[in-house]
Amino acid sequence: MTDFIEPQKKFNVENSELDINSVPFEEVKQPGPGSLLEQAKGFWVTFSTMFKKNQTVQYPDVKAPTAPRFHGRHQLNRHPDGLEKCIGCELCAWACPADAIYVEGGNNTPENQVSPGERHGAVYQINYLRCIFCGLCVEACPTRALTMTNEYELADDKREKLIFEKDDLLAPLRQGMLAPPHPMYPGMTDTNYYNGDVKESHPSQNLNGQGQK
Amino acid sequence: MTTAELLGKDPGWIIAIKALIVFAICVVSTLMAVWTERRVLAKMQLRTGPNRVGKFGLLQSLSDGVKLALKEDIIPAAADKVVFVIAPIIATAMCFMSFAVIPMTGVVNLFGQKTALQLTDLPVGVLYVLAVTSIGVYGVVLAGWSSGSTYPLLGGLRSSAQVISYEVAMGLSLVAVFMYAGSMSTSEIVSSQHQHIWNVVVLFPSFVIYVISMVGETNRAPFDLAEAEGELVGGFHTEYSSLKFALFFLAEYVNIIAVSALATTLFLGGYHAPPGLGFTEQWLGGWFTFIWFLLKVNLFFFLFMWLRGTLPRLRYDQFMKFGWKVLIPVSLVWILIVATLRVLQQEGANRFAVAAFAGGLVLLVMAISSLSDRSKEKSRAPLPEGEAPDFPIPSLPNVKSVKVSGGE
Repeated sequence: MTDFIEPQKKFNVENSELDINSVPFEEVKQPGPGSLLEQAKGFWVTFSTMFKKNQTVQYPDVKAPTAPRFHGRHQLNRHPDGLEKCIGCELCAWACPADAIYVEGGNNTPENQVSPGERHGAVYQINYLRCIFCGLCVEACPTRALTMTNEYELADDKREKLIFEKDDLLAPLRQGMLAPPHPMYPGMTDTNYYNGDVKESHPSQNLNGQGQK
Repeated sequence: MTTAELLGKDPGWIIAIKALIVFAICVVSTLMAVWTERRVLAKMQLRTGPNRVGKFGLLQSLSDGVKLALKEDIIPAAADKVVFVIAPIIATAMCFMSFAVIPMTGVVNLFGQKTALQLTDLPVGVLYVLAVTSIGVYGVVLAGWSSGSTYPLLGGLRSSAQVISYEVAMGLSLVAVFMYAGSMSTSEIVSSQHQHIWNVVVLFPSFVIYVISMVGETNRAPFDLAEAEGELVGGFHTEYSSLKFALFFLAEYVNIIAVSALATTLFLGGYHAPPGLGFTEQWLGGWFTFIWFLLKVNLFFFLFMWLRGTLPRLRYDQFMKFGWKVLIPVSLVWILIVATLRVLQQEGANRFAVAAFAGGLVLLVMAISSLSDRSKEKSRAPLPEGEAPDFPIPSLPNVKSVKVSGGE
């Protein structure tokens, strides 16, 4: 039943001057109900399906991995010394078609150096009630500060809980990172930071004596 | 000693215990049936089914039942309150009653008493089952009527029309069984099959008709058009909630098990082991026959699920046409044939006469079917030869759509 009836030979597809009404008009034989055996085939389909591997994912117990580039919760990344990459430019907020992102920039001062350079994101909120996970914010980010994780379990029981603050979005501190604010790497400019010249924090950056091993 | 004589000696307390056992079997098998149905149907659809409450989700239907019973019980303002309450009770009680005459084991030892697991043995046992299931229809009709609402009324009327129509075919399919067994008592039908051969072999057409009509009788897919969840809200029990709904639910499943048990009793040799495995009937002091009985009932129950998983729902008129114009005439003709053969046999007619009768019958059926085919072919009018349309026509099914390049 899957094979098609071939168009008749006299109809030449190459002829571009062709009028549509010259398409041969032919009665098509509809498949009838078929023999009794044919109709009983459905029973075999359901019966044999019972012995196939079922497709159910036992979700809360078993979590199937997402696709590698799955659009999940956002993450605000850090430079390898712990300074934040976000410069508070608001390009993500402007790119957002759902108006889910709110950013307030702030000045970096010698006492409060949160990111390399002059500016940092002082307030950073993503409203996951509005976010459509399109990823345009990630494309807009000039410093690769904003990326997306594969985390998809974002349901909650209060609307307020779904507005994620900067603390909720910031990437965790890894090996060699110091929690900002702290001074920039000695002898490095913000351009060095962007070029990836900073590989880890310098002992002189550690003003608060945090987490030394 | 016949089963009737054996059961006649039962003291009162044994009867009470047996009634309790029969009730428990019905309720427990309903719980298991709901679970089995959901699991098997899930398997047929590449799903898992309930698997979270208890091992393999075995307690799912129990917890569902408890939840249902604890829900708010709503009686609609427009309902006729007394009838509204009585209807589910009628429906449920009648299903349980039909189990009273089903023989479930051979002779067994129950608390030191020699008896059989069958509550009572009536000389007209099968008629009693038919009568009781007919009364069960009152539950459906009254539920639909007393709800004071449109959908239940229509659903109730449809359900009852359906059950009554298919009960005719069902009753007729049983006539051949009565003729062969020479009795309407369930236990005697079972023992007559044990002596000769299972009725499913000799009376196969009856068996097929019974199986089809039992699905129609229980309002199950593909004949569930009166309840059609997706289309008609739920039929006669639309307005029911809480425990009353649970009763209807219980009634539906007990009904399925009851017709399956009756099919087992009438066509598959009841509690007896299949031919060649007769030695197993003595195992566990005779109680092993109960396992055979359950196996056969489950076979039918699986059929119910298989049908539900495979076939789409019928339209109401197709369904009625099938019942009245196919099943009933076929059963009537079949009864005539069986009766003739039976008389020939009893009158001691020689084999030649029987063979001639059977051969003539086959020729007759072939002649009629070929005649009907020819008349069908004649009535099929040829397609009118019209002019080709002067507008673009959409591609037809089964024809590869041809892309027409219309030039520049």
